Amino acid sequence: MNKERLDLNIITELVEPGSRVLDLGCGDGDLLARLIRERSVSGQGIEIDPAAIKKCIEKGLNVTQENIEDGLSWYPNASFDYVILNQSMQQVLRVDKLLEEAFRVGKRVIVGFPNFAYFKARLDIFFSGRAPVTKSLPFQWYDTPNVHFLSIKDFVNYCNKKGYRIITSRYIGTKREVKFLPNLFAIDAVFLITK
Amino acid sequence: MKKNKESIGSAGIVKVQTLKLEGPLKLESGQTLSPITIAYETFGALNADKSNAILIEHAFSGDSHAAGLYEGETAPGWWDDLIGPGKAFDTEKYFVICANVIGGCRGSTGPSSIDPATGKPYGTKFPIVTIADMVKAQKLLIDHLGIKKLLSVAGGSMGGMQVLEWAAKYPECVASAIPIAASLKHSPQQIAFDEVGRQAVMADPNWNKGDYYGGPQPDKGLAVARMIGHITYMSKRSMEEKFSRRLKSDDLSFSFNADFEVEGYLRYRGESFVRRFDANSYLYITKAMDYFDLSGEKFFNKNKKIDTRFLVISFTSDWLYPSEQSKEIVKLLKSRQVEVSFCEIKAEYGHDSFLVETEEEAHLIKHFLKGLK
Repeated sequence: MNKERLDLNIITELVEPGSRVLDLGCGDGDLLARLIRERSVSGQGIEIDPAAIKKCIEKGLNVTQENIEDGLSWYPNASFDYVILNQSMQQVLRVDKLLEEAFRVGKRVIVGFPNFAYFKARLDIFFSGRAPVTKSLPFQWYDTPNVHFLSIKDFVNYCNKKGYRIITSRYIGTKREVKFLPNLFAIDAVFLITK
Repeated sequence: MKKNKESIGSAGIVKVQTLKLEGPLKLESGQTLSPITIAYETFGALNADKSNAILIEHAFSGDSHAAGLYEGETAPGWWDDLIGPGKAFDTEKYFVICANVIGGCRGSTGPSSIDPATGKPYGTKFPIVTIADMVKAQKLLIDHLGIKKLLSVAGGSMGGMQVLEWAAKYPECVASAIPIAASLKHSPQQIAFDEVGRQAVMADPNWNKGDYYGGPQPDKGLAVARMIGHITYMSKRSMEEKFSRRLKSDDLSFSFNADFEVEGYLRYRGESFVRRFDANSYLYITKAMDYFDLSGEKFFNKNKKIDTRFLVISFTSDWLYPSEQSKEIVKLLKSRQVEVSFCEIKAEYGHDSFLVETEEEAHLIKHFLKGLK
């Protein structure tokens, strides 16, 4: 890896060794490969992009080419210890349905998403009156794969409303982890939640 | 498609070997078959602990000649792109086996074989065989070769059905399985195409209820069956590209001659098929495919744990065995928490893609096999 991925470090820390992991929107499989290497997990990925599937198979991973939303229904209840949605939750149309399904097939869910309330995003809107483009939200309004734009506060509120218990929350800045006013200074967040 | 000339037939000069068994083989129908001959070819070398064997399953009209060349011939085996030194099924690493199915006509026992009871070819007295029976016969071959566990079983179309059958029936003998452009069961559409093919054969007066050996063959009927088959193996787009509405000569003949290139092609395909294929085998094998059904509970014994790893592959333009059918396989495997990878390869050549548009397929298989522990 050319550049260190803080989110991957954090998720790797959160996953207990030897667990069963389902990575929804696993991309090139970097996270899964690392979890298998460092945490001896048994892993399964779901990904829609065929080029990324190819990369996963090159890494020896189990990955199926499917829509995240279609790929879950066939797993029996509690098939996994962790269901991971790293940078994919905000790209799915029906988040509430997806999380419900994730909690059906997995005991715990790890969610990683870009924070829309990052101060530079706020400044973009406030001063230039334009949709924000930041390090964690690098897309233009017309080419973004994201369909939901949420802040850390939004997600915490959502968990409270749904009765999801937040076990751990970690916040990522442009260079290092953020502890102080994360909703303002974090570009990304990683939550470990359970029902 | 780019093809490296030097790699053609690189698996080397091969010979058909035969395993003759007294039997009897108990068939799914309750009938028995004996004796049994299994024609097979091998590529590469079996290692000392016999752990590097890969069984290749051929499609409906295929045979044991999966790769390499026969002495004095220039046309390589049907999956030569994938089998050979450095190829996906790397014969420097793996011992690759391919056997002709029973019911076939390419060396293994089938309706054109001699019935020991009469001293004449079986014809339609040959018992109905199923995909399960074909695999059961192959298991005898694998046992004969002293192989306890296959590193992989791989094949496309009907070959993929046999792969599924192997994993369902003998999961402890199959480390990995690669069903390609396959299905857990034939849809009514697939059965319908097979039935039209069978009716074409049986409508030929030469078919004579299957008793035609030594006399005129039902070539016309079998050729029509094959023509229909070929249409289903191509895609609308590959036909457009290959033939469009191009004419064989400059002008229309205003007759029922083959004016269009596509007509000429189908006629040629039909005629060349009858020279290498037995009409009764066509009936038996298509029936075996139609009977095949591993959907739902039939795939796995509920109490059996499946350690087999799967790579399921489909092709976007394949409308005969569409991706949905491969996804059904994936769903079933997921429901049993079996390790599975699935890729739908973007391809133009329809069902034939697994035979002709092999670059990505080969890449996936190569890495999948490498990733096996």
